[in-house]
Amino acid sequence: MSHTSNRSISTAVTAETIATAGVVAPESVARYAIGLGDDALILAQRLGEWIAHAPELEEDVALGNIALDQLGHARSFLTYASSAWGKTEDDLAYFRDESEFLNRQLFEQPNGDFAQTIARQLVASVYFEMLYTSLTKSTDPTLAAIAAKAVKEVSYHIDHSTQWLFRLGLGTTISRERMQRGLEAVWPFTAELFSPDPLTEGLEGIAVNPSSLRVDFDRVTQQAIADAGLTLPTTPAVRGGGRSGIHTESLGPLLAEMQVLARAHPRATW
Amino acid sequence: MNVEKVARPRPAGGTELEIWNLAATVVDPEVPVVTIEDLGVLRHVELADDGGVIVQLTPTYSGCPAIDAMRDDVVSVMTEAGYSEVRVDVVLAPAWTTDWISQSGRDKLEAYGIAPPAPRRTDGKVNLGLGIRCPRCGSLHTRQSSRFGSTACKALFVCQRCHEPFDYFKEH
Repeated sequence: MSHTSNRSISTAVTAETIATAGVVAPESVARYAIGLGDDALILAQRLGEWIAHAPELEEDVALGNIALDQLGHARSFLTYASSAWGKTEDDLAYFRDESEFLNRQLFEQPNGDFAQTIARQLVASVYFEMLYTSLTKSTDPTLAAIAAKAVKEVSYHIDHSTQWLFRLGLGTTISRERMQRGLEAVWPFTAELFSPDPLTEGLEGIAVNPSSLRVDFDRVTQQAIADAGLTLPTTPAVRGGGRSGIHTESLGPLLAEMQVLARAHPRATW
Repeated sequence: MNVEKVARPRPAGGTELEIWNLAATVVDPEVPVVTIEDLGVLRHVELADDGGVIVQLTPTYSGCPAIDAMRDDVVSVMTEAGYSEVRVDVVLAPAWTTDWISQSGRDKLEAYGIAPPAPRRTDGKVNLGLGIRCPRCGSLHTRQSSRFGSTACKALFVCQRCHEPFDYFKEH
């Protein structure tokens, strides 16, 4: 992206103005953006469930803020994606059914207890940071711009999850046990993040090959888990398939809650 | 990646300076003492060939809802000043940083009770936070009580000397 002339000062990208600025995603890029947007959207919705239920007020605020950042990433990706078909972010978020969602299964998993949510946040924040860092080099300027903004925010989320990992792992016997159980509940869903992604096919230079992130992810998470005095889980991986629209039983109820208002009052605005 | 160290300067003169100065009267809805110019959110203004006005803003955080209010407010001030065709583009690149907050913006934040952001270091190996000064008594003897605060851009601190809690505008 250059800003040598007034007209190309920067890529016009936002949840609201991608369409008016005339940025249209090619269909294959749009499908890829849906996958990225769905990961962020579904995680945001899950994290939002903690508001007023977290162990302390500061965590209501923290998880709510992290959810808001994730929602911002989802809006950018889905608005860009929707431009390919002349739709809006709301069409994609509220009027697709379960099998049309392309998020990885990790993000739809129930929150469990606070430790399990922290375990999922550890995996999610480290994964997102690596993914977005890599995506800033995408030859698609819109994806690169969204990623460059998002990567700064998810770096802060890593701090949050690792600090809790240490606090719980090095805390009391009970907090340690629950943190370990949380990691074990989440770990079967980590392998899917790095498995071949059908949405990246034909997008060399535009999309990130997920397997390229695995080595760094393992190094960072294994170190953090060891530093917290915990054990790397050996629970076997689930089959996955989120990027092809295959989901666990947890996604349906989440979507029902997220979509009910928009479907009851289509095209309502406020 | 496109990185800019400083905020965009005002246009040198003419109608574009007039448009910029109008847009620069819009304040942050959450922190109404700082303007969008102080924050570095106002990126560019332009008078199009057809006489329309184009204003570019950049959001602070991806999910921050304040950008919607700022955009509506820019349209209002332009319309009131007699510009009928106004387009506000929200741009993401280069990504906003607190380094773009002006000295005047930092002073206003501090006077309002929000500790302004420390400079952002991106060249070092260690991400080491600087001491955050209490905006009330000026003490550096403060501690973070929550890494997240009432808006996406703030964290919560407590002063160990005057015992007052305060917001810190996180370096970003």
